[in-house]
Parts: sequence; structure tokens; C-alpha cells
Amino acid sequence: MTMELIERDIPAIIRNAIEEHGAAKEALIPILSEINRKLGYIPHEAIAELKKQIQSPEDDIFVSESHLYSLASFYHMLSTKELGRHVIRFCESAPCHVMGGRELLKAITSTLEIKPGETTPDNKWSFITTSCLGVCGVGPVILVDEDIYGNVSPDQLPTILAKYD
Amino acid sequence: MTFYRSHVLVCVDPECLAKGAHDVVDALQDELIVRGLIDEVQVLETSRIGACSSGPEMMVYPEGVHYAGLMTDDIPYLVDEHFLKGRPVQKWILSGQKAVDEELAPPRQKEVRIVLRNCGQIDPENIEDYLAEDGYQALGKAICEMAPDEVIEVVKASGLRGRGGAGFSAGKKWELCRQVEDSPKYITCNADEGDPGAFMNRRVLEGDPHSVLEGMIIAGYAIGASYGYIYCRAEYPLAVSTLNIAIQQARSMGLLGEDILGSGFSFDIEVRMGAGAFVCGEETALIASIEGKRGEPRSRPPFPAVKGLWGKPTNNNNVETYANVPQIILNGAEWFSKLGTEKSKGTKTFAIAGDVKNTGLIEVPLGITLREVIFDIGGGIKDDKGYKAVQIGGPMGGTLPAEYLDRQIDYESLLQVGAMMGSGGMIVMDEETCMVDIARYFMEFTQDESCGKCVPCRVGTRRILDLLERICDGKGVDGDIERLETLCDQVRRNSLCGLGQGAPNPVISTLKHFRHEYEAHIYEKRCPAKVCRALIRYEINPEVCTGCTVCSRNCPTEAISGERRKPHTIDPEVCIRCGICMQVCNFNAISVVSE
Repeated sequence: MTMELIERDIPAIIRNAIEEHGAAKEALIPILSEINRKLGYIPHEAIAELKKQIQSPEDDIFVSESHLYSLASFYHMLSTKELGRHVIRFCESAPCHVMGGRELLKAITSTLEIKPGETTPDNKWSFITTSCLGVCGVGPVILVDEDIYGNVSPDQLPTILAKYD
Repeated sequence: MTFYRSHVLVCVDPECLAKGAHDVVDALQDELIVRGLIDEVQVLETSRIGACSSGPEMMVYPEGVHYAGLMTDDIPYLVDEHFLKGRPVQKWILSGQKAVDEELAPPRQKEVRIVLRNCGQIDPENIEDYLAEDGYQALGKAICEMAPDEVIEVVKASGLRGRGGAGFSAGKKWELCRQVEDSPKYITCNADEGDPGAFMNRRVLEGDPHSVLEGMIIAGYAIGASYGYIYCRAEYPLAVSTLNIAIQQARSMGLLGEDILGSGFSFDIEVRMGAGAFVCGEETALIASIEGKRGEPRSRPPFPAVKGLWGKPTNNNNVETYANVPQIILNGAEWFSKLGTEKSKGTKTFAIAGDVKNTGLIEVPLGITLREVIFDIGGGIKDDKGYKAVQIGGPMGGTLPAEYLDRQIDYESLLQVGAMMGSGGMIVMDEETCMVDIARYFMEFTQDESCGKCVPCRVGTRRILDLLERICDGKGVDGDIERLETLCDQVRRNSLCGLGQGAPNPVISTLKHFRHEYEAHIYEKRCPAKVCRALIRYEINPEVCTGCTVCSRNCPTEAISGERRKPHTIDPEVCIRCGICMQVCNFNAISVVSE
């Protein structure tokens, strides 16, 4: 997605999100999640735009950019950094850890040549760790974008990655 | 209404989804269309119906055949045989001809199911299924026949304690909130199940959402609240959508909303989705997050029962606690209190994970022993290795070695030995697990999840982790164990919320039960379980090595040398301990040593 397109879309995305979740302080987390889902991350422009749209002294809604940023940076599912086209979330919880998670983590970092929290230079993959995905019976587990994969062994990794372009 | 001669229920719980359940559903639909059977066979998606360990599972009715491990490629054959020719395919049938949830099968007979009783048995997206299982009868009884105080009395008398981990009496909590003179009051349901390895709440939300709604409405009636929030973690999108469907259906039947069942009592529920923060499972952090703030805890008192959501009295319980309530109201306090021990009544769900044969969910009466859970129900240790320990109570819990296997599971007896009930995660570890590495792992988790508000937790967990990393790296020095003990004590006593107070527990309990492993790492530079990379070496047994050169050809750092047909050797200076040589050796000539 080009920057131009994002800029054009941001006000509309935010307007829709506010419409859906309501113009209230308590709706900020769902709204930010929505922005994150649509754009892949929460750029600074979106924070400024959200403040502009939701701020309403008449309705007693005061929101600062720093408050919005503090929310966007607090929750793991929200990202303030631009991520790659596909995001691999690696479950780093204990059941996955004891069921071969360490080997899988090694395989991912060596295959993509990036460490957790990084994005490949071609902007295709971002690799981040996540807390328990709750499918501990089939660990180790990875979530690629919205697709969840269980019982992943290092040798299955190339097949899984090949599904995405 | 259309009539179908056969119904196929495909499990689409996250574990089956992870194995491609959606593709199987699509393939099934396509194949039925191709064969012209689409008007005769209905394909439905349902919640968990079995252990889900061998791949996508489905039930075929009216025969009640339970298939497991079917992949998309198998579908044409299945449709051909079963739906066209009427011959169930034996090789995929899981447990004979009857519709049995694997977790209720004979080897798991020590289970008693209250909370999980409907999971996998009913369609969670159809309120009529729940109604057919006595659903919402307790609600009718409570709001039409009982005064709020009577409801509280019954819950108190049942001995139900908070299933989120702390174990505070649910009835007493409700009473405290009822007594506060302020309005409006709120009900919150903690569905932010963040403990690694714990997924029982997810299954209840996905499999029997109405039991949670019913429990919350009853709680609202007892306390005098008219609005409730379910705070569900963002990692459970399926649970959120199931809950939203359930709420819609309950509203359309007049079981939620204005004037419920004509009683004059009004109550409504909304689902709030988290955005990924473990600390939001702490009740004050959860409340802050619902309010649209950073999920940071605050000091208590005042407790949420007095000042909670938007400064108003709020009762917070977890999913399992609420799910117990309808059954207690329906069957009476005495029925519930017959199960369990003197102080811990009822049942508890546990998620067993790790190196155990039968992983998955169970529900057992409190007072059962760890041995019964791990060996009788869990089937013992995988690959018949030795049992080393069980981590119980999540990342704030403790690790218990073999001598505690006959310990009863209840709130008090676990606390006495440095573990805790927690929300019910149970991670079983075999003899090849390094306990220092496990402690390091849990500290990594809590350190990462520390919200950063208070110093003891933010800085303390970091310092504990630094020490543990140093020990695992073979750089531990004399005095490190004592330093760990001091730090753990300070973090435990001075942190603001349960996360920080509990964070040192995995270290404290491994130090207590496995101190010798710490000592081996520090003083002998040895990892007894042969896990910590800095302390192990790979060795080739010259008697067994045939000199086939497979290992040296696969070694990424050229650490292996030797002539063809002669025993090879590994240079420990060059070796990076990746273990590839051991994997590729066809003669089992390579082993890990730590000395």
C-alpha cells in the first residue's frame, strides 16, 4: 500500500470506526484496533486525525495525542511501527516452548534472517512474538496474518511460508 | 424448514482450525454439490467435539459417527463411501459408533463436569440447544422466585470460590458489592485468559456461551446491577463472535434487555475486546481497559466492589465462576458443596499441556490428587520418560516435583507448597526439562508483560531475569542464588498488583525444589538436563561412529573433522550447539554431554 493511498484513506477509516464503536473515550481501544486492522499499524497521521475527529469539548470528550499514543504503544496487538506485508506471530508461551517452540523460533529467525520484532528488508515478513494464543494442545503454534498453524515443525516452515506472496 | 437426511458437524475450534478445518468444510460443501447431495446433507460448524489432537474432527448424525484426522484430500472418498454408499469409513472413526466427547471417555472417568457439561454437546450458536439443556431455568428461578439476598445466600452456602485464581468466596464478593449504596452498579466478566497454557475459558465461551451470560444476569440481579461487560482477549476472536451471537439471541428471547421474563428486572451485556495485554486480567487493570485507558492496575483498596468501573461499584468474576452459578441456583447449594474438599467446593477445569500423553481440558472435583490428574487422566508422561515437575497456576504459580504428586488439588494445599490454583493451567514437564531454563522462561514472560507502572515489578523482574540468563549462560557466580532470593522477596512484597507479587513464584519454587540444578549451573558449570546451550557439548562416540561424513557435511560451522570411514571429532570451540549433527547421524553416535 502506497503512502498516498493511506493518507487518502485515513480520515474515512477513522470516521467509519468512530461510527461503529461510538464517539466516546471508552471506545478508543476498539477504534485503534480497527485502524490497526485496516492499515496494518497505527501511523502518526492516524493518531492526529483520530484526535481531530473525536475531540469534542461540547460533549466533554477531551483526548490528547499523547494519550492515544500511550494506548497504541501499550497493547501488544497494536503497532506503531509499519509492519511487513505478512506478519508471523509466534506463540512464546510455555506449552509451545516445551513442545519444540525453541527449535521453531530458531528455524524462523534463520530462514527469514530477522529477529523477533524485525521486518525483512523486502518488507514481506514481519516476525513478532505473541502471548498465548490458547491453542496449547497443538503447540508450537504460529499465526500468519489471520491463519493459525499448529504442531509446526521446523521442516514444515518452508511449505507454510510458500503459501504467502 | 428443510429436512436433511444427514447432518455433519465439523469442529471449528481454534485447534481444528489450525489443522485446516475451514478447508475441510469448504471441500465437503464442494464435494456434496458435485455429488448432488447438498440438499440431503447439511454441513454445520460447531465447537470442539473431541480432543482435536489428530486433526479436523467431525460428527455425522443420525449415525453418531465421530471422524478425526480428515484432510481435504480425503473428502471425496468420504463423501463417496459414507454419504453415497452409506458405509462409514472405519479408518477415520475415532471412538466407535457413539457420539462421545473424547474427554468424557472411560480413561477419564475421574472427571465431573459442571462447567464443561455442554461444550461440544450443543450448538453454541443456537440458544434453543441451551434451553433444551435446562438453560435459563436458573435465571427464571432466581428472578421470579428468589429475592436478591436469597440468591447471594445460596451462592455463599455453595462454597463457590473465584475460579480466576485468588479463590475469594463468590457469594461474599457479591454481598459486599450489594451492600454498597451507590448506583449504577456494574458486572464485569474476566475473559482475559492470558496464562500461557490455559484455555478452559475459551472453550466455555466458544462452546457454551449462554451459561456465562446466565451466570452474569443472575449476578446482576443479586447485586442490583443493570449492565455487564465481558472483557475478552483479542487473541480469541471466535469466542467474541460466539458471545455476540449468544447475546443477540438472548435479547431476542427477552432473556436480556428490558424487563427480563416480565420480572421488572432489566440487564444487558456487552463484549469488550482487549488488545493484547496480560496484565488486563488483573481486575483494576481490566476496568481501566474497559474505560478506554492503558490497562494498568491501581492499588486497592478501594476495591472494585466499592469503586470500580467509572468509579461505581463493580463485581468482577471470571468466566468459570459465572458458568457455575446457573447450576448452583438450579440444583441448590448442597448439591454443589458435596463436591470438593472442606474449604474448596465444586469442580475446577484444568488445561493440561506439556509432556503428557493426553493434553487437553479436564474438569475434576477439587481435592483430586496431582497424580490422578497427570497419570490417570493425563495418561502419564509422553514417550514413557520420567516425570520431573508440574507447573501449576500459570506464570505466577509454582513448580512441584514428584514428592508432591499425592498432594490434593485445592486452594489451600497448593498455596502451602508454594504453588497456586491460578486459573487452571497445568504444564507437565519430563526429566529432560531444565528447571533454571523454565524459571528464566517464566521471568521473560512476566518481565515482558509487566505494565511498568510500579518500580519493584518493572525493574525487579528485569534484574531477576538478568541473573537467570547469566546462570543459564554458564556465567553464574557464587552468591547469585542469594541475590535471587533477596530480589524475589522484594519484588513479591513491594509490587502493586498480583502480577508483580506473583512474578517471582516460579523462581522461588524452583529454587526450593530444584536448588541443586541452580548449584550445578553455577558451581559445576553443568546443566543436568542438558538444555542450556552454553553448558553442553556434543560428542561423537568413536566406537559407534562409522565415519560416514554425514555430520561433517551438514555442520554449518565446519566444526566436525575426520577422515572417511574413521571416527570423527567435534571441535567444541567452533561448535555452535545447533544439534544438526545429532539429528542427521544414522548410527546414534552423537550425544549431548554436560559436565
